[in-house]
Amino acid sequence: MPVFLIRRVLTMVLTALCLTFVVFYLTNLPPNLEKLAKSEASSRMSDADVESWIERNGYGRPVLVRYGEWLGLTPGWTRTEDGVTTGRCIERGQDPATAPLRCGVLQGDWGFSTVFKQPVSQIIAERLGATGLLMLWVMIVMVPASLLIGVLSGMREGSRLDRGLSVFSIASTATPEYVSGVVLIALFASSSTGLSPWLAEQGWISGKTLFMGTATSALDSGITFWNFGLPVMTIALYGIGYIARMTRASMTEVMTAQYIRTARLKGVSFGNVVMKHALRNALIAPFTVIMLQFPWLLNGVVIVETLFNYKGFGWTLVQAAGNNDIELLLAGSVVAVFVVLMTQLISDIGYVFLNPRIRVS
Amino acid sequence: MDNWDPSKPILEIENLSISFFTRLREIPAVMDFSCTVMPGEAMGLVGESGCGKSTVALAVMRYLGKNGRITGGSIRFKGRDLTTMDDEALRLIRGSEIAMIYQEPMASLNPAMRIGAQLAEVPMIHEGIGREAAWNLARQIVADVRLPDPDRILKAYPHQLSGGQQQRIVIAMALMSKPALLILDEPTTALDVTVEAGIVDLVKDLGRKYGTSILFISHNLGLILDVCDRLCVMYSGEAVETGAVAQVFDRMRHPYTQALFRSIPLPGADKNTHPLVSIPGNFPLPHERPPGCNFGPRCTYFQAGRCDGQEIPMVLLPGGDRHETRCLRAAEIDWDKPPVAAKAVARTPVGEVVLKMTDLRKYYEVSGGLFGGSLKKVVKANETLSFEAREGETLAIVGESGCGKSTFAKVLMGLETATSGKIMLFDQDIQDIPIEKRGTDTVSSVQMVFQNPFDTLNPSMTVGRQIIRALEIFGQGANDAERHDRMLELLDLVKLPRAFADRMPRQLSGGQKQRVGIARAFAGGARIVVADEPVSALDVSVQAAVTDLLMEIQRKNRTTLLFISHDLSIVRYLSDRVMVMYLGHVVEMGTTDQVFSPPYHPYTEALLSAVPIADTRVKKKRIVLEGDIPSAMNPPPGCPFQTRCRWKSQVPGNLCDTVMPPIRVLAGDHQIKCHLSDDVLAGMEPVIRIAAQ
Repeated sequence: MPVFLIRRVLTMVLTALCLTFVVFYLTNLPPNLEKLAKSEASSRMSDADVESWIERNGYGRPVLVRYGEWLGLTPGWTRTEDGVTTGRCIERGQDPATAPLRCGVLQGDWGFSTVFKQPVSQIIAERLGATGLLMLWVMIVMVPASLLIGVLSGMREGSRLDRGLSVFSIASTATPEYVSGVVLIALFASSSTGLSPWLAEQGWISGKTLFMGTATSALDSGITFWNFGLPVMTIALYGIGYIARMTRASMTEVMTAQYIRTARLKGVSFGNVVMKHALRNALIAPFTVIMLQFPWLLNGVVIVETLFNYKGFGWTLVQAAGNNDIELLLAGSVVAVFVVLMTQLISDIGYVFLNPRIRVS
Repeated sequence: MDNWDPSKPILEIENLSISFFTRLREIPAVMDFSCTVMPGEAMGLVGESGCGKSTVALAVMRYLGKNGRITGGSIRFKGRDLTTMDDEALRLIRGSEIAMIYQEPMASLNPAMRIGAQLAEVPMIHEGIGREAAWNLARQIVADVRLPDPDRILKAYPHQLSGGQQQRIVIAMALMSKPALLILDEPTTALDVTVEAGIVDLVKDLGRKYGTSILFISHNLGLILDVCDRLCVMYSGEAVETGAVAQVFDRMRHPYTQALFRSIPLPGADKNTHPLVSIPGNFPLPHERPPGCNFGPRCTYFQAGRCDGQEIPMVLLPGGDRHETRCLRAAEIDWDKPPVAAKAVARTPVGEVVLKMTDLRKYYEVSGGLFGGSLKKVVKANETLSFEAREGETLAIVGESGCGKSTFAKVLMGLETATSGKIMLFDQDIQDIPIEKRGTDTVSSVQMVFQNPFDTLNPSMTVGRQIIRALEIFGQGANDAERHDRMLELLDLVKLPRAFADRMPRQLSGGQKQRVGIARAFAGGARIVVADEPVSALDVSVQAAVTDLLMEIQRKNRTTLLFISHDLSIVRYLSDRVMVMYLGHVVEMGTTDQVFSPPYHPYTEALLSAVPIADTRVKKKRIVLEGDIPSAMNPPPGCPFQTRCRWKSQVPGNLCDTVMPPIRVLAGDHQIKCHLSDDVLAGMEPVIRIAAQ
């Protein structure tokens, strides 16, 4: 077990290194740096000014060296001009002598966001928390619903219930979030179309709309059914169909297994066959899929957070990418690698507990 | 249920017809089937695959799937008709009154549930007792099916038990509610013979102890003789003969039953003097059954116009105990006339040594589980294997699963290389040469016929193309035309019509596929053929034909045949010499007569005793081996067989526990690896006796 864990952590570090280097290289291409210079200083700079800005702010040196600086392996750049020493690791107004030699990820310094004018670590922590909250609610809705649909349709293959639920899950998974999000907003969150006017007329809802079309208020005044319902539903709908299909496939296979016949012929009732005999075996395959949903959710939230103006991790990434915020993007990719590999680790360990056949001896 | 009269039959099946409905057509699986099981009686259902015997069993359980339907007749259990019962009433009967034991124990146990929970479930459903009491009952029943350490077993998952233990658990599960009727569907087919013997004994004892009636389904006539009181022979969806076991075995009155008995190797059959008689033709497909008698087209007593002109009813035979047959000519045929003797052939003379193995060893290293345990374990698959095989000889290699017989074949073929020792093929050392590095000559001269003909042919290539491909690889023939001709000749050799060259494997029956496999093996003029259980996946009536084909090609080509098998009946029938393996060791080797008569190695003795023989005249000594084969990863010290040997006490001191026995050469180059003294060996009694007629 420890050997296994160590190996996994090493994989994680290696993957993070490769990915961040790719991101680093791409964000540091000359046109990107030029854009950064213009947005940081002045958009009407001359080419010569841009060049000197890049040179002055330490972006002019070889990519590998600067990547090393970001990691904290090579000493941060310093520059003395007109008697004032500036440098990567010297904060404004700090005495250069007291500044550390290296400041990078290894030293716990994730850099400074050029868009938000805040330390990257602070932004990531805040926004990741917001997204985590969203994901938590998505999971709470999505996992039980999809498993229920999958098991119900898989336990009697070809029945009417199966066909109906299959149509629903295929339709929901075939609708991308930017479509379902817009449809849901039109249906539930508009005061002029959809269900809300009718419901308001009946006097069943107090406000004008059933749901809110934006989730911004969730961060300030707390999560309510009203402001969080639609974003959660939009993400969950897509995942529900997908996981339900996987569960159904696994369930139908298990239901034809011989041990199900054994159980039936022991006199176990159909409901108990499904609950006690089939369910655990049928969950082994979808479990991996559910764990794979976490990294995928991280992508999915980009669209939904933008659509519902919820300032989470996805929204931040969009902002960072649009403004070539190098250090924020790098931190974002480290988080992505961490999330992907952690969920895979959890899924592997969980798999072992679900499936006694591969239990560690 | 309570007012049921115990002198009445427990199960009465009357004129039962079952069909499966597909989109295309209705496929009748069972037609007009009747049978009666009395309380405490063991009824056998025999027939080849596809004859509908399992369908009958599942129909009794009313578990025919979505497509299956009972189209006529009735099944009465304790006087109540099961065919009209609703689901809830059925559920109460399933598992409590009727229980079933299945062919594959591993597949029929839930892999994600502890054994104890699976067992305890039965009384909890049917008797409504508490969890605690149910587990206690489970512990008791597990001890009843003679499993050691019940507490550990109850907490185990199915995959942690061996095949024999799993089947005992399935039996225990069936007995949890003390059912009145036990249905066993080929319960031992997936198990080794010595394990099978234990299971059969157990079923018989438990049946007696609890007074349970048994419906025993098998294709193995020997097992039926061991277990059952009465039997019913099925052919193509119909019962063709039914009666008391002794009566049907000794005074069979249906041509199919007779043909079946003549196609299985019984003691006394011999490939040269008394060859087996195979049943000509193929089993009819369910929707292509002939008019009249289903067996008509394959029957030697067939009379055109009569046998195919009318429906044949079941008729009661005079002078028997409810002995019935579905044959119009039962009274006319001279049943005692010996079969038209196939021509006896001269024994093939044995030639030069073509293959010589000296001290061959093959070890495997296996690593730990998923989480990278760095502990390496060594599996000793073959230990000091030494033997010679001569041209034109049949050497049988016998042993149960895990004894290393397949590893040996792999090493010989070059799929693995030997750990140490020598293999001399003709004049060449080949132990270290993997198959990719062997010359075309070497590869084509050592070929293999595989166990499962269904998996070994490429499903998307015609039969002819596959054989031509083999010819190309073996460098036979100068051009395509020549190879095509050679392919047709090979089809002739294996007695397949030349038109089969254009067929796809799926259009062939199992026996035909195996013939293609044989043709492929002989494509390069193989001089040594390793046949790895070539007939064990085939039906009895086809087995004889395929075996005879192999023998015939051997005679013609003077091929050396290494025949790997666990079926001692067929080994006795066709081999010249026999090598018995246990846990990677050769424990006994000699001519067929030497091995099959005393003195035996204790393991050979147990093996011989375990093989069921379908002959009422044969009296066997019952030796049931306790426990399982030890793991090859952790073999016992000293003699590999010491953990299960019944002769161990006859050896002075603790020799068996500590010292690996030497190979002893007895009279006539008969080798035995055992510590027993000459006196004890000489005093051994034969396991099989044929009672005087």
